This record gives sequence, C-alpha cells and structure tokens, in this order.
Amino acid sequence: MRIGIDVGGTNTDAVLLDGDTVLATVKSPTTPDVTGGVITAVNAVLDGSGAAPGAITAVMIGTTHFVNALVEGERLAPTAAVRLGLPATAALPPMTDWPARLRAALGHETGAAPTFLCHGGHEYDGREISPLDEDELRKAAAGIAARGIRSVAVSSVFSPVSADAELRAAEIFAAELGDAVHLSLSHEIGRVGLLPRENATIVNAALRDLAVTIVEAFGGALTTAGITAPLFLSQNDGTLMDVEHARRYPVATFASGPTNSMRGAAYLSGLTDCAVIDVGGTTADIGILTGGFPRQAAGEAELAGVRTNFRIPDVLSLGIGGGSLADLDPPSIGPRSVGYRLTEEALVFGGDTLTATDLAVAAGRADIGDAARVAHLDPDAVQAGLRHIAARLAETVDRMRTSAEPIPAVAVGGGSILVGSELPGFPDVRRPGHFAVANAIGAAIAQVGGEVDRVFQVPAGHRDAVLDAAKDEAVRAAEDAGARPGTVTITDIEEVPLAYLPGGATRIRINAVGDLDLQRLESAHA
Amino acid sequence: MREIHPEHLDDMARGAGILGTGGGGDPYVGKLLAQHAIREHGPVTVVDIHEVPPDATVVAISGMGAPTVSLEKIPAGTEEVTALRALERFLGRQATHLVPIEVGGLNSMTPFIAAARTRLPVVDGDAMGRAFPEAQMVLPGLIGVTVAPMAVADDKGNTLVLETVSNLWSERLARTACVEMGCSVSCADTVMRGDQLADGLVPATLTLAEDLGRTVREARAAHGDPVAAAARLLGGVRLLTGKVADVQRRTSGGFARGQARLDGLGGDDGRSLELSFQNEHLLARRDGEIVATTPDLICVLDTDSGEPVTTEGLRYGLRVTVLGVPCDPRWLTPGGLELAGPRYFGYDTDHVSLNR
Repeated sequence: MRIGIDVGGTNTDAVLLDGDTVLATVKSPTTPDVTGGVITAVNAVLDGSGAAPGAITAVMIGTTHFVNALVEGERLAPTAAVRLGLPATAALPPMTDWPARLRAALGHETGAAPTFLCHGGHEYDGREISPLDEDELRKAAAGIAARGIRSVAVSSVFSPVSADAELRAAEIFAAELGDAVHLSLSHEIGRVGLLPRENATIVNAALRDLAVTIVEAFGGALTTAGITAPLFLSQNDGTLMDVEHARRYPVATFASGPTNSMRGAAYLSGLTDCAVIDVGGTTADIGILTGGFPRQAAGEAELAGVRTNFRIPDVLSLGIGGGSLADLDPPSIGPRSVGYRLTEEALVFGGDTLTATDLAVAAGRADIGDAARVAHLDPDAVQAGLRHIAARLAETVDRMRTSAEPIPAVAVGGGSILVGSELPGFPDVRRPGHFAVANAIGAAIAQVGGEVDRVFQVPAGHRDAVLDAAKDEAVRAAEDAGARPGTVTITDIEEVPLAYLPGGATRIRINAVGDLDLQRLESAHA
Repeated sequence: MREIHPEHLDDMARGAGILGTGGGGDPYVGKLLAQHAIREHGPVTVVDIHEVPPDATVVAISGMGAPTVSLEKIPAGTEEVTALRALERFLGRQATHLVPIEVGGLNSMTPFIAAARTRLPVVDGDAMGRAFPEAQMVLPGLIGVTVAPMAVADDKGNTLVLETVSNLWSERLARTACVEMGCSVSCADTVMRGDQLADGLVPATLTLAEDLGRTVREARAAHGDPVAAAARLLGGVRLLTGKVADVQRRTSGGFARGQARLDGLGGDDGRSLELSFQNEHLLARRDGEIVATTPDLICVLDTDSGEPVTTEGLRYGLRVTVLGVPCDPRWLTPGGLELAGPRYFGYDTDHVSLNR
C-alpha cells in the first residue's frame, strides 16, 4: 500500500492506494508549518482505511513549499553564481534580468554573495571556447569561502552538449570548499538557453538549505505517524525522485501541482492520451496528456519575474473556477473569484454573490449548499451561463491539443462540477470518481523518468542512428533514476532543426519512463 | 535626432520581432545586450537619413549565425566593435555612423551595442525593411554598394576582412567562417557614403519598429485588437484569421523548410491558407491561390496578443492572423526580385502583388 499527498496552497490532499484500489481519501487545510497538515492527512487516511502504518511501502509527496519560497522571496540562501564561458558571455553577467527584490534575497544587491565570470565552456559542437583556468576557479572559491557562502550555482556555455567544464569546476570547488557547500550544476537542471538555465540553477542552489530542512521535516512527520517506508517527491514532469535527489534538486518540484492533477486524471479515467481540465476555485488549468504524462512547455517559463527553462508541463490557465463571479445578462464568468470564501459568499451558502458554483447547483449538476437559494434563477439564463463556460473551456482545450484527432477530455478538481457532459467539439467528456483528489492520486503513481535534450549533429543519412543512440541514453537515464529495467518506454520524441545553421544541427528531446523499482531501492536503503 | 534609452528598446524589439516575418531571431537577448550596453555607456543617438552629411562613412553592423546559438553562447559584447575597428583599419578611415542591416528580429538591436560603446550615432533605417537570411539580400546592392569589404569578428577576438568578387561570395565565405568560429559572429560591412543612404536604405524603420511595438502593447493594454492595430500601422492586408491545423518540417540543403496549413475561423470559416516557410514565412496560398510572396512581408501574429509567431514556434492549435505587408518597392524591381523573389527560395512562381 502507498500514500500519495499533495500539499497545495489551500488544501493538503491525501489518498491511500492498494495496488489500483483507492482505499481512503482526505482533504485537510494546509498548515503554516511544514509537518502539521501532512501528519493530519496521513493519520486520516490510515484511520479511514484501517491500514497499519507498517503496511505502507512508499509515500509520495507533491509540494508547493519550494516554489512558494521563490515567489515570496523568503527562506532563500545567499548564493554565488559562477559562469564558465569567457571570453564569450561577458556582455550579460549572471542575474542581469532578475528583479531587484530577488537579487537582494540571494545577497546580490549588497555584495554579500558574489558573481564570477570565468574561462571555460563549449561551442555548439562541443569544442572548447577556452580552456578551464583552474587557478581562476580556486580564486573564486576563496572569494566564496571568505563571504561564508554555502550555495554555489555553476553554469557553463553549452553544458547540455558537453558537461566537462561544469564537472571539473565542481571537483575544484568541492576540494576547495568541502562537502558542506551545495553545488548546483546547470546541465543537471535545464536545457539549451544559457540565461534561463543559469537562472534555474541559481534558484535551485538558493533553495538547497530549505530542501534539506523540508525533506527532514517530511521524514519526521512520517516517523511520527509510525511509517518507515521510503519517501519520494513529485517532480515537474510527473515522475518521482527519492529524498537524496530531492535535497539536491528542489527546483524540480516547482510545477508538480498541475502535473499531479493531470497524472491523477489519467489514472482515474484509465486514459493515457487526453485533455485534462483541472478546475479549482479561481482558475481552470488545462493541459494535454501524452502516454500518461503531461506535454511539456517548449519555451521559457517566468516564475516570480525570473525566466527559467526547466521541465514544466504546458498548462494554460483560464480564469474560470468554482468561485468565479457570474453575470447572467449577458453571460460572463470570472476572472474575478471569491476564492476560498466560496463557502461564505456563494448564494447556495447563504451569501449574496452569484458564483459559477451557484449555476452548477441551479442546473442540478451538483448537490452543494442549499439549492433552494438559487431556485429563483431563470433556468434559461443558467443554461446560457453554463454554455458560456463550456464554450470557453472547449476553446482553450482545442488550443492546447496538437492534432485534429478527436481526444477525450477529463475534468478533475473540486470545481469540475462546472463541467457538464457537453463540451463543444469534444464528444467524450468524463469526470471520474475521486475527481476532487486527483492531485494526491497523481502523486501516488510510482514512475520515474529520464530525459535527453540537446543539439545533435545529424549527418545526412544518419538520422536513425542518431535517434537510436539518443533513445538508449534516455532509457539509461531512467534506469539510473530508479526505473526497473525492462519497464522503460520512450514517451516523447521531438526534433527541431536549428534555423540559419547549416550542417544538420538538430535539437533532439527524448523522454523515457519506467516503473519505480521499489525492491531495488529498499535493498539499497537496507 | 533623438536619444535612445533602455526603455525605448522594449517597444522597438517587439516591433522588430513582427517585422522579422517569422525569422531574424528572437530580439529578447539582443535587447538585453543593447540595454546593458546603454546603461553602462550612456544613451545612443538616432539620426534621420537626411540628417547624415553627404560625406559621412556609414557602416552596417549585424550578427550572423544561428539565433539558438546566441541564446546559449551570449556574446562577449566586444564583437561588434572588434569587427568595426578591423574594417576601419582596412578602409583607412573611421566610421561616422552605424546602421542596422535588417530591422527584422535580433539584428535591429545589434547596432545599439556598438553605438553605445563607440558613441557613434545610429541611422534610422535599414538595408532590407524586414529580415532575410543571406548577406547579399540587401537594397544597397541594387545601387552598386557592395557588402565587401566585410569584417567578421568572434567572441575570442579573431577577425577577418573579406574582399570578394560578388556579394554572394561574401555570404558564402562569411557563413563558412561563421560556422568555424562557433556559429555566432558579428559583421561590419556595406560601407556607404551619407549621400547614398536615400537610395540604399529603407528609411525610418527603427522608428517604425518602435511605433509598431508601442501600438501592439497599447492595444493589448486597452483590451483592443492588437493585430488590427498592427495592420493599420503597417498598411497591411489581413490574409486569414484561423488556427494552425497542420505543420510539416523537413531539412534540405542545410535549411529547414516547412509548410503549415491554417483553417479559417470566424469570418474566414471554411477558408484555408497554406504557409510555406524556411527561416522566414515566404509564401501564402489561400484556398489554392497564391495571395502573398516574398519579398512582401508575411507576418504571422498571435490573434489575441499580437505577438509574432516564428517559423520555429508554429504549432498545431495556435490562433493566428496572417498579414501581408507591402515590401519596399525597390524589392519589386527585376534586380530586387532576383535577390529575394520566390524563385530564389525555390518556389516555382513569380511575385504576386498583394490584393488590397
């Protein structure tokens, strides 16, 4: 049996699964401290199912702690940024495009934390830009040590093509600064595009003190509940990482919330290829599942004013949720919402604000609050309002899909009562059981993945050989991450020839996923 | 004459992206580079073509290579000035003004990096009025101005100065060197006298790019129609509003070639438009009939936001509006069409005038 937990901004949701069977679910308020809500949720599903803590074999947690720390600019460690690439890249030093508030949070407005531009790095085809200057790096290490900095981000030009410079620099920093200093290397974090990859790496390094604290706290919470099973955290792409990995790559949890909802929708509906509409109180988040995994965003994502390019799902948010303010003449829904005050302000809860939830109740789609309070609404106007919601959702879903092939749409989340069975252009609309806790279900799905994403030289006539080698590499990466050999499959392939560049240079991205090998991990931990 | 400060470049870069007709590279990093240079060295003066003295020495500054590479290997910041100085040594005289080679995309920003560092003014105009992929595709060529002597510099300080027998040779040799130098170099070339600018350049295109970017931004902020606002400003023709229904890409001859099919929405319901692109959008066929070709500008914009959609960014489901915008009339002369007409890009058709 395993427990999936999703720690959101408002609610902490938990589920207990035995194989494919959902034994218990719970929604409880998220607490300001790390552990309170988790302990409450774990105890609730154990009590609800009657399962013994010792029967739990794994616990998976999806958390917003790390992305919230960045958004709030709090709990971030002073971080040194070291870039390898001179003489190139000097025109834009690290963190040039950051908001001043976050630069300050990382110690870069006062000089408390330093930035270093050093020699090294590679060309697009793997040649060196300049040799690594080891003395220069030792001097940088001395500067870092002198300021008492304990988190260091290292980025090297074209490290997704060749990681040699970053790895050698890491050896030097480890030797000079000792094990207590965190090193984040950009080739392990992001993809081609130096500034957004470097930004994500710096954010990761700044979160690593917090990651140690949070992972310890989660472990402590499970111990309190009597659970000794291994703990995993959800990543942006829907796969899992163990606690050792989570301590080193906290940034990989940033988008796990929407990812877990989508993965849970796939699990609950039994579909691997579908559109997912996750409706909360204020927004509907719409994404596409391919092979059971969310399609990833191709470009850059801005988080708290910082441009990054790590792996996150391609999600479009529409300002329609259960708490959206509704007008009936003419029909207009959202984007303003009563949010978490739904249970005080909506008509069905005795308030005086007409919300989208009131329309769903008036139309008989949901039994929430007091239906008598919306009985006065004109049934035609209510239907027109719900059709308006359906039309806007359908247009957004259509915008997200990648081909004209018909795909089913799955609605999950507490606000998914707004979605009826009719979505223009989508004949197959489903709302599976346990839809309200799809995010916690998604967290409990035990799969791990590997990715290759870089620029390959593809000589004429050798495309298949290059692709095969890249696929093998992705499969090995998944196995290294803990997948049971033999279960790994390729889930996504993308090839884009680079513009204005002769010679067959092609950016290839391949994702591979397999089942988590719990036995192997248990024996490794034993 | 006016001063360009960092904040002006936000609008200019947005407009330059639209004038890039799907190519030219994302101006974002170019804008950051230019803004950083201006903050360090002070504002840049932009002058109108008629403000340039007849005997001025005007040099075009541009980047060559793959935009994807320059997003990863950020420049040293010295490349433009290194190329300029190498060209000046060859010429035996100093440049008095700089000018962009193309207003479309990344290269609209490049001269500002050199101008901030050298304190030279930038001429408000460019040699294309849009973006094109190759060095010989410039209007000054039509009045006998050669690309060479052409100086090329990389991030390491390597430079070369090319003397060539034709503009096509300048393109070939510089492109080969560019690949060897790491696929991202800066060029100083196409030397003009002040009295050649009226005939050689498309005038006031930097101002056009800035106006365009501001118009789109303001229309968006007012919840208006940014695409209609852009079309009005550019004197463009709306060819189709629809959604991308199919995208096919293949690589041949070292360049990515592709086609996209757009299905009409709203008033265009039932119509379809086929878009042919290489690095830029080059040909548009509506319901089987050719309605726009290079060298006219085929701008694909996100219907809601007015943001340009690049050839690399085309994907199924995008809601886009395709605009045909008349090119500078000199591109429609026999010499202009030979350089940049549809046949040069391998399409078996003559140029078709935009139906206004």
